Amino acid sequence: MLLVGMKLTILITICGLVVGFALGALTGLLKISRNIVFRKLAGVYIESIRGTPIMVQVMFIYFGLPMALGMRIHPMVAGIVAIAVNSGAYIAEIVRGAFQSIDTGQTEAGRSIGLTHFQTMYYIIWPQALKRMIPPLGNQFIISLKDTSLLVVVGVGELTRTGQEIIAGNFRAFEVWLTVALMYLVMTLSLSQLLNYFEKKMDINK
Amino acid sequence: MIKIKNLHKNFGTLAVLKGIDLDISQGEVTVIMGPSGSGKSTLLRCINRLEEITSGTVIVDGQDIMDKNTNINMIRTEAGMVFQQFNLFPHKTTLENVTLGPLKVRKMSRPDAEKLGRQLLEKVGLADKANTYPDHLSGGQKQRVAIARSLALRPKAMLFDEPTSALDPELVGEVLEVMKQLGREGMTMVVVTHEMGFAREVADRVIFMDDGIIVEENTPEEIFSNPQNPRTQGFLRNIL
Repeated sequence: MLLVGMKLTILITICGLVVGFALGALTGLLKISRNIVFRKLAGVYIESIRGTPIMVQVMFIYFGLPMALGMRIHPMVAGIVAIAVNSGAYIAEIVRGAFQSIDTGQTEAGRSIGLTHFQTMYYIIWPQALKRMIPPLGNQFIISLKDTSLLVVVGVGELTRTGQEIIAGNFRAFEVWLTVALMYLVMTLSLSQLLNYFEKKMDINK
Repeated sequence: MIKIKNLHKNFGTLAVLKGIDLDISQGEVTVIMGPSGSGKSTLLRCINRLEEITSGTVIVDGQDIMDKNTNINMIRTEAGMVFQQFNLFPHKTTLENVTLGPLKVRKMSRPDAEKLGRQLLEKVGLADKANTYPDHLSGGQKQRVAIARSLALRPKAMLFDEPTSALDPELVGEVLEVMKQLGREGMTMVVVTHEMGFAREVADRVIFMDDGIIVEENTPEEIFSNPQNPRTQGFLRNIL
């Protein structure tokens, strides 16, 4: 039964982070774009997400938004959206930082051989920035994975919720929570290993 | 080839270039000297619009670089730039550094681009380093790759921004040798440098800049042996 919950946790994390990464990459680039409207929009998104608790965001998306829009939202969807929107804000700052850490000489060299702004970003800056993003991204991925446990409040049957349900039946809190904790640990360690692997793979100087 | 008229460039309230007029003809090698902060590098960077000019005109190969109809990316392929800090792409091999422009800008096929890339690496004496990453090259080797990378676009002119200033003394010679060869082959070159030997041997003209204007220009023999302006005299005394 716990394994079913774990599967759901993994599913929410993967979907949430894929969307979150896309959202974050886009927002991060908007934050450093030349257009002030884009920069402001990105800033408002990042600040409002970073500045409010994820628990409040989850409840707002699941209970608040449907009321305003007059429609129901599936708890799974609400969960994925919450993880995506939340991680996207942090990933945006990671992306922005990585891009800004690349020496301006790289952009100048790209432009001076006739590449367009977009080509320079795509072929020169992005690959170098991506490599620098991996350690902080790893952090964020692990945080988001653990944040899925907050989705108990909207009744998503992920790992933590499953644990609660089992305890409600057998009262063996020690064994069950220990198992749940170990299962989270297995997931986060696997994620770390995966990111380590990518980091090594991208290191051209080995 | 390059015509500059009444060029002004301000950084905020600071006037860096205060009215530069300069004509550079096909095949000419021009060396620009002057104390730091005199605007030499800025002038060079205005030619391919790495810096936006404040006023005046810059015409490269018959095209006004500020004209809305001018494709600045094409101008940049006609006036290759070599930087003091090399600015090689660290995530690409030497050969990939050189072939990126031909592949993506000139839309050359990969075999053609690689053939051209290998020819150019051979020309700068680095044929055996094609698959090496920049981090494993010495400064002099990096700068020679950077020269090959610019040449890969088949530019009509080359701009050098203090190409040997970041190099250990014993590595300066190998870079200058490549540049001399280019000059002898008839490449139009504008070189910001303090290498007097290079200027004497290759330059058709030396321009001395100070405080945002061209103070004096003449052949290398004349300017080094018989400088007219007191600021030129003072500067040459200091670097000799």
